[in-house]
Amino acid sequence: MEKFVTLRSTAIPLNIENVDTDQIIPARFLKATDKQGFGDNVFRDWRYQKDNSLNNEFILNNPNYSGKILVAGDNFGCGSSREHAAWALTGFGFKVIVSSFFADIFKGNALNNGLLPVQVSKEFLMELFKQLEKNPATLLTVNLKDQTISVYESSLSENFEIDPYKKTCMINGYDDIDFLLSKKEQIEAFEAQKNY
Amino acid sequence: MGKTLFDKVWDAHVVDTIDNGPQVLYIDQHLIHEVTSPQAFKELEDRSIPIFRPKQIVATADHNTPTLNQHLPVKDALSRNQLQQLSENCSKNGITLYELGHKYNGIVHVMAPELGITQPGMTIVCGDSHTSTHGAFGAIAFGIGTSQVAQVFASQCLLLSKPKSLRVTVNGTLKKGVLPKDVILYIISEIGTNAGTGYFCEYAGDVFKNMSMEGRMTVCNMSIEMGARGGMIAPDETTFSYVKAKEFAPKGEDFEKKAAYWKTLPTDKDAVFDKEYVFDAANIEPMITYGTNPGMGVKITQNIPNLEDASFKKSLAYMGLEGGQSMLDQPINYVFIGSCTNSRIEDFRVAAEYVKGKQKASNVTAWLVPGSKQVEAQIENEGLKAIFEEAGFQLRQPGCSACLAMNDDKIPQGAYCVSTSNRNFEGRQGQGARTLLASPLVAAATAIEGKIIDITQHLN
Ligand code: SF4
Repeated sequence: MEKFVTLRSTAIPLNIENVDTDQIIPARFLKATDKQGFGDNVFRDWRYQKDNSLNNEFILNNPNYSGKILVAGDNFGCGSSREHAAWALTGFGFKVIVSSFFADIFKGNALNNGLLPVQVSKEFLMELFKQLEKNPATLLTVNLKDQTISVYESSLSENFEIDPYKKTCMINGYDDIDFLLSKKEQIEAFEAQKNY
Repeated sequence: MGKTLFDKVWDAHVVDTIDNGPQVLYIDQHLIHEVTSPQAFKELEDRSIPIFRPKQIVATADHNTPTLNQHLPVKDALSRNQLQQLSENCSKNGITLYELGHKYNGIVHVMAPELGITQPGMTIVCGDSHTSTHGAFGAIAFGIGTSQVAQVFASQCLLLSKPKSLRVTVNGTLKKGVLPKDVILYIISEIGTNAGTGYFCEYAGDVFKNMSMEGRMTVCNMSIEMGARGGMIAPDETTFSYVKAKEFAPKGEDFEKKAAYWKTLPTDKDAVFDKEYVFDAANIEPMITYGTNPGMGVKITQNIPNLEDASFKKSLAYMGLEGGQSMLDQPINYVFIGSCTNSRIEDFRVAAEYVKGKQKASNVTAWLVPGSKQVEAQIENEGLKAIFEEAGFQLRQPGCSACLAMNDDKIPQGAYCVSTSNRNFEGRQGQGARTLLASPLVAAATAIEGKIIDITQHLN
């Protein structure tokens, strides 16, 4: 997994609530047996019209907006457990998703793929949408060490929570498999004595 | 302080606790399918890590399988490749696979319980969010991502922080025509699609006590739709007698010993939950959804609410419906009875009882997709197949089918489908498809009438 410490980038505002994983990556693209290529189909049915032409109304197709940060409405990533959603977002180039609320499984999947979910207050989220609407070139800084997200060259800033174990993993690029393998003896001992 | 059902099962599976961090939780049973496992197998192979406990894994092919002509080679090349990979990965690693055509094949959350693989007090995971279904047995069961599938492959454990506890109690007696599906749609419409995020839910009260195992599975199945990682119902005599005769359930003395332990699992009287909701069964009526998330549901006789919210309006525009309108008389093009929510024998019995002697409306295409080969056989043996076919319904072969439209079973652009599945997201049943979630009874009645009706007026 890639390490993550800080990121300064412009951001894309996706001001829609309850974005579910079927929107992030529709089921018909889940037939692959590797992790590559999902980025091309992220938000497929919002990015393209039925006849495969670009939907110019959709924010990802707006040339004014780009960046490695997606700022999304409340309850992002609800629905299925497909990790393909995280692969599609990282494949497209996102490193951070900002929202006021994340669905559980999505959050875990994101963290397991070096994609940082930054949960902010509703007020801060609304402020971000406002700033991004005013100025698409607004730079955001995400600092994982300090657990802060701020609007560059302004006083707008907020702290965010992250599980300390996950934080260490992200900063060092470790994953859970390494850790679990180091516990093998303990797991075997547990199996030998389990009493249910 | 007393312990909850969830506490008891969780605590019995903790291998280790990291200071200020997650716990290492032991997983008894790992279920896998073709869509979310290939990348996990590859991960282990790339890192030269063996599968730690292959005997605790069971595989099935369900998401990507055709529901017609299952005896023929799968036509779609990508799907065929994914199914082949599953077969190869399982045979290479000594994992039991119930592949297409096997007598135990079926949707993972239908086949495991009916084979007795699912048992009370277990921890069960699967790379599929509706793993919550198995909580109906008093197991801790939840969906995981593919990275976690790889973790369980490698260590039979997961790193997890213990979720908070939530209890939803429904007391009283359900009215006629109100099914378990209506109960869970009602709960979600009341508390919303993220009320359960961060929580594990226990369902308690008379309604669940009196419910069949099939009904309990329908309820627990949709726990994820209110954001909860899983749902559980305390194991009792209903549970034990369901599990008892099943193929892979413990037998004889073994069973008695286990059952004695399972009886200690229900929540202690003095246990305290982090959050509680209490509902009265008398307020629940047949439900239907009108929007693009499962929380957007109303009693079938109620009007769609009128909200100013932008997400709400976008959703109604997609559905081609208006705020304030009634759902009654809405014409419907498709009816789908299937999915891990409602494809068990009980669901088809309810539908058949209503359908018997009637004819499907000519404007409706009605698909019935059993959850497993066993259910398929039951439908035939109990004579339900004849009833459905006489009424003009199409009985297909087992699989996820139109629940997620990965195979050819897609609802066309703009068409309305009353579906017994669990998600009405945009495009879930096909690009531009409009899904209305309901019980198998409402679905069956819709197929007969060609439009949404007040089912309570039609029950004798
Ligand atoms: S039936 Fe639908 S919800 Fe259930 S496992 Fe299959 S795709 Fe998922």
